[in-house]
Amino acid sequence: MTVHIRMDDRVEADRLEDMAQGVVGKPLDRPDGARKASGTAAYAMDSLPDGACFGVLARATIAAGRLEGVDAAAVEALPGVRAVIVDERMLRNPAQGMAGKAPVQDPHEIAYFGQPVALVVAESFEQARHGAIALVLRLEARAGAVVGPDDAGVEIETPEKKQQSSGDLDAAMREAVFGVDQTYTTPVHASAAMEPHASIAQWDEDRLTLRGSYQMLRFNRAELADALGIDEKNVRILAPFVGGGFGSKLGIAPEAVAAAIAAQRLGVPVAVPMSRQQVFEGVMRRSETTQRIRLAAGADGRLTGIGHEALVSNLPGEKFSEPVTQATPFLYRGENRVIGHRIARVNRTCAGSVRAPGEAVGVTMLEIAMDELAAAAGIDPVELRLRNIPDEDPTQQIPFSSHKLAEALRSGADRFGWDRRRTEPGQVRDGEWLVGMGMASAVRVNMLVEAKARVSLSSDGHALVETDMTDIGTGTYAILTQIAAEMLGLPMDRVETRLGDTDLPPGSGSGGSFGAASNGTAVFMACEEIRRMICERFGCEAHDLTLKDGRAIAGNRSVPLAEILGGEDLVAEGHAEPGDAEDKVRQATYGSYFAEVGVNAVTGETRVRRMLGVFAAGRILNAKTARSQCLGGMTFGIGMALTEEIFHDPRDGHIVNRDFAEYHLPVNADVPQIDVVLLEERDAWANPLQAKGIGELGICGAAAAVVNAIHNATGVRVRDLPATLDKVLEGLERQGG
Amino acid sequence: MRTDLTVNGQSRTIEADPRTTLLDALRHHLKLTGTKKGCDHGQCGACTVIAGGRRINSCLSLACMHDGDEVVTIEGLGTPETLSALQEAFVRHDGFQCGFCTPGQICSATAMLEELQAGWPSHVTADVASAPALTVEEVSERMSGNLCRCSAYPNIVDAIMEIAGRGRA
Amino acid sequence: MRPFEFTRAESAADAMRLAGDGATIIAGGTNLLDLMKLEVMAPQALVDINRLDLGDIDEAEGGGLRIGALVRNSDLAADRRVRDAYPMLAEALLAGASGQLRNKATTGGNLLQRTRCYYYYDTAMPCNKREPGSGCQAIGGITRLHALFGASEHCIATHPSDMAVALRALDARVEIQSQDGVTRMLPLGDFYRLPGDTPHIETVLVPGDLITAVLLPAPAGARQTYRKVRDRASYAFALVSVAGVLDVEDGRIVRPALAFGGVGHMPWRNPEVEALLEGEAPSVDLFAEAAARLVAEAEPQGGNAFKIPLLRRTLQAVLRELTEA
Repeated sequence: MTVHIRMDDRVEADRLEDMAQGVVGKPLDRPDGARKASGTAAYAMDSLPDGACFGVLARATIAAGRLEGVDAAAVEALPGVRAVIVDERMLRNPAQGMAGKAPVQDPHEIAYFGQPVALVVAESFEQARHGAIALVLRLEARAGAVVGPDDAGVEIETPEKKQQSSGDLDAAMREAVFGVDQTYTTPVHASAAMEPHASIAQWDEDRLTLRGSYQMLRFNRAELADALGIDEKNVRILAPFVGGGFGSKLGIAPEAVAAAIAAQRLGVPVAVPMSRQQVFEGVMRRSETTQRIRLAAGADGRLTGIGHEALVSNLPGEKFSEPVTQATPFLYRGENRVIGHRIARVNRTCAGSVRAPGEAVGVTMLEIAMDELAAAAGIDPVELRLRNIPDEDPTQQIPFSSHKLAEALRSGADRFGWDRRRTEPGQVRDGEWLVGMGMASAVRVNMLVEAKARVSLSSDGHALVETDMTDIGTGTYAILTQIAAEMLGLPMDRVETRLGDTDLPPGSGSGGSFGAASNGTAVFMACEEIRRMICERFGCEAHDLTLKDGRAIAGNRSVPLAEILGGEDLVAEGHAEPGDAEDKVRQATYGSYFAEVGVNAVTGETRVRRMLGVFAAGRILNAKTARSQCLGGMTFGIGMALTEEIFHDPRDGHIVNRDFAEYHLPVNADVPQIDVVLLEERDAWANPLQAKGIGELGICGAAAAVVNAIHNATGVRVRDLPATLDKVLEGLERQGG
Repeated sequence: MRTDLTVNGQSRTIEADPRTTLLDALRHHLKLTGTKKGCDHGQCGACTVIAGGRRINSCLSLACMHDGDEVVTIEGLGTPETLSALQEAFVRHDGFQCGFCTPGQICSATAMLEELQAGWPSHVTADVASAPALTVEEVSERMSGNLCRCSAYPNIVDAIMEIAGRGRA
Repeated sequence: MRPFEFTRAESAADAMRLAGDGATIIAGGTNLLDLMKLEVMAPQALVDINRLDLGDIDEAEGGGLRIGALVRNSDLAADRRVRDAYPMLAEALLAGASGQLRNKATTGGNLLQRTRCYYYYDTAMPCNKREPGSGCQAIGGITRLHALFGASEHCIATHPSDMAVALRALDARVEIQSQDGVTRMLPLGDFYRLPGDTPHIETVLVPGDLITAVLLPAPAGARQTYRKVRDRASYAFALVSVAGVLDVEDGRIVRPALAFGGVGHMPWRNPEVEALLEGEAPSVDLFAEAAARLVAEAEPQGGNAFKIPLLRRTLQAVLRELTEA
């Protein structure tokens, strides 16, 4: 029996509040924690079937052109090599998130340097790796490849639907008492999940099983089936544990299709692990951005106008483009607005979702601009933001579903000791170090995505939650278990959650911070139905039923569930869908970041000394895993602020720093003991859990707090991220420091 | 090529191509898949194991170079039912999210605490001639060879500090 | 990785014979295997020297130390004698790589680290160091990591070691045994070669040579420091590093020795800068002059131009630190 909810309106009843088990929201350990800590959680490459062969992809070494052929025979003659495969079904790049169909196929057409074009399969990994390097490709380069968004001859699209304007921003800028008009840039970023993409394909007649590292299995199944030209009923994807995603594993990727083709051709299971270098080159990058930001404000700092115009890039024909300005229309007041969005078509690795597409880079740069405005107007940066919080979505003129920005700002300032910040930059010195504080607002749109989940209550009083939803580190195992335990009144250890298998009901997948709320709602709905069935059997009204510790309680009766079930299992499926609520109200999550940095006066090196994030995301389902998500997001912000940057060679477009030695993720020593505060909030418009997504909120402006702190420490304003020491040093030298 | 090893206290023999790294030998030949491959070039630390009592990147060592060696992997530190104190602390402090770097983090931390105990200085030890103190800064520096993109770093440091403070891993 | 023959050397003679026949010596392997996986290096045979008796640190006559070629970086950094008398060497070691890598990497191997030039690491790119005569694609490309000193039109790579920079400032010598039984002792400045038109030949070693030890003379000065500047707090190669040792006697700088990392094709040293400091009273102006002298010969490549002010400033800070009472 499926029970369905479509979010068209507020859900007034806060049902979780009525429950008695007391586990939702608690900072409980992950039920999968012991497996992860003992190395027994199985990731994509951890269940290698006996007799499996290994496949290694070979890359194109031109930015654009054709693969005329490969010298397969020479490689096939190498010891252990079983096949060299170039197949028209192979993928140019991964599918974009939620595509549900194959991305561009055919390795003969080359669109970027590093594109996987062939697979070498051998009996051992060592043999396949050597074969892939030894494989000679006959490449025909196409003249006129455009490898950078600023290159001569670049084609730039200005899609009409993505431009927005209201009022007269030019006039507002002219009349402004204080104004900012600056251009900012962010470089290409990599998701850099710790588990490289990998797939193991195995066929049983016409049925394919793929163990992969993927975030959105129901879409991935459709994408894989479409790429192979088979019915998706014949495809099963397993991803019980995923070693991080951050958007890079939203869509089916080249290694999965290549593994499936090879396994079918050879009649043996084939594992295709991508190397770290291939992951950098062959899966989604976050586009570089150029952002012109204009702010017009009156004498009191109140904004009268905001302009935010972005230039991003992607491969020709790709629909995705980094939605830089996503939060700009509703974050601050200001009646005169210009939103601009242009896309340069370049022969570079495909651009796609990387943690919080849009806000991660857009809010960050807007928040640097706000810091510039605060400095220009002589208004405290926290106060400036407080003065500009709108009463409703100023663009769509609809109410906010809930709005905790002001509280996050005030509470953060208070906890961080913001009043100790010196307004004038360069005033605090600690030996060689210049010390400063910075802050920024956090905002991320909130989404709900269709999801189904099945809950079974067995006659012995154990529950099973099943969905093809994934846990990419986000805590899905924990929170779905908690929701079911809460709703069915069971201790945590009597609920099991099974994920990551397309044979289970289709969940939303992990992406866009919508996983917890969407799948949690599906589990909630299924549990509501089971509660109804219990009421029937127990003979009580829904509002009279209390379930706790495996017992049903109503009035003066308290009976073990097993007794009520009488040997029967109860099974229900919950189904959640987004609805009109999305259009009736503006739903978003908010927060604030505060950072204290030391900038070395000699070298320009920056170290984050303290950092605080205060966030509101509706009901927090697990205070421990939610906090961890915020720590992770803020650390992404530290990386964005200080170290992370993909370099493309300006001549041939190849990614120069395609490994962890030279793409600098923050290491442990770069990250202080970050403090996270989660505000109490409920959002009845979001879903019956009244919970919103929190996985991405931690990155949506975090880097700005760090960069603004650098300014406060030194007086140097960095507008081109990352704020590596050379940029800070240039400023210090200019100051004569 | 034949290599005899002691892995987690058990004698094991592998017959493998000399190109096989210790990491791939553990994962593919001995089916000890707890040790992870995050970069295969010594740049992430996910493959950390303890060989001859010391933490190393198993991806940058050939299996055949370890003939006769004793190797301890995450499987040798504790099972889900018998977690080591440090493994338990990682669970309690949420010292991971996706869990992929976790075996490497825990092997690294286990051996790192012995290095600290032995008085080895680090980059952040103010005077390398003096004995290092157990501080957040020291632990953080010493764990910097283990990347965590989910960034459980603060929680990892908390977990390690708790166990180090108790004087046992 | 291309197939290779693997042999374990039981003696130094064994190792030298095999190396003389074309085998590549492997010790820690932390850089060699990294490069072999990418087929940047593709030896036909490897000779494993890890079981040779080269793992001790002994006191040498005249007050120095003899560090066996197989002494691991972590053991060297933790050695009581090194920490007390050569703290700069311990600091340099500890600023390099990670705890795991230092546990494997050896003294001899560290000296032979190959450059981290992005173009050297990518076999799709021309590189004279990897494939003589193919060209240098780094020139005109992304040059953040590249050299200010000692480069040529054929190669602009830097040497990545921290340890070797400290050793150069400490006047260490490399002990090399050759197949014919001769033992040579070479100062680091003579051990490394500048790229010229043969950037693939980085040292004076010839096939059959075996580095057996590094000899440290008695410490030249009590005031020592190693300062490394990099793109993150840990686990990154140097953009610029400065190793400095000197003493101050009667208010004058004596026996200054300075070596620089991240800026040269080999750990860099400039005698003129040291001569300028020798016998002078420490002052801000003196340090500025020394720094200006050092960078006067710098030849930036575009993307590494920032290293000039960075090096200038870092050197001055190091000199301030070393001469403060």
